[in-house]
Amino acid sequence: MPSMSLVYDAVNVGDALPPLTLPPLTRTTLALYAGASGDHNPMHIDIDFARAAGMPDVFAHGMLSMAWLGRLLTEWAPQRDLREWSVRFSAITHVGERIVCTGRVTEKLERDGEPLIRVAVATANEAGAVKLTGEALIAAVRR
Amino acid sequence: MLDESLIGRSFPPHSADVEAGRLRLFAKAIGETRPEYCDEAGARSAGHRSLLAPPTFATCLYMDVPDPFAWLLDLSIDLARVLHGAQEIRHFAPVYAGDRLTFSPRIADVVHKKRGTLTLLVKETEVTNQEGVHVAAVRTTLVVRAAQANDATPAAAD
Repeated sequence: MPSMSLVYDAVNVGDALPPLTLPPLTRTTLALYAGASGDHNPMHIDIDFARAAGMPDVFAHGMLSMAWLGRLLTEWAPQRDLREWSVRFSAITHVGERIVCTGRVTEKLERDGEPLIRVAVATANEAGAVKLTGEALIAAVRR
Repeated sequence: MLDESLIGRSFPPHSADVEAGRLRLFAKAIGETRPEYCDEAGARSAGHRSLLAPPTFATCLYMDVPDPFAWLLDLSIDLARVLHGAQEIRHFAPVYAGDRLTFSPRIADVVHKKRGTLTLLVKETEVTNQEGVHVAAVRTTLVVRAAQANDATPAAAD
């Protein structure tokens, strides 16, 4: 990850973060994520359970997508500068989808004397269907 | 039952260890390959005291109890009717391999939507480490479909 904090004056509203493109989502990834995260909800790993609950198939953990957005943000700024972030899970991420994570600067502000960059983030599939939206506040430094 | 009387209810705190092997598996699962997250020597040479936990990891560890969904069953909520609607994390200090985190959850809000066919259940969890440092605050919004809701309606997570 970058070792240097964002420079407040070098960041502009409208700037795009370098996008993060994931490989097509596999069941293996869902199994690994279930074990690693501790979220063993069978909806994400057991197709029999998912079908019994009326879903056609297993689908991704919401927090897996949030973790991908974490990669997007920490490839742009050091993790220590990530103050707070939030996401809304608006659609299901299906097996086989190729997800792209994007971010854009929406505001520059100051809070309690600290310069902050507000970023809107999202994940979407290759057809542009949005799965998650959210925003993050990242600390910056003045030069 | 799932109503406003739950607001303010707290659950017993529980603790979980941040294990290096678990962090490496988590990094693999999310496609993370940078040394801070996967390699102790690389993490230290980047200025960290051990493997760094990615920003959502601490949030996941609060499910590290024998039955993480028992509290939903206690509220008579069927897991198959629950969707994760939203998540907010505030970070105050980094989390590293070797840390021991303590999670203190409480119900922050219960909101009925769409004429009662959906209920938003908001849980807030404070996370501290073994030195008592407040490392994160997590706000989780679950969307619970009512049992009598029309099952043909897609479970929109709003």
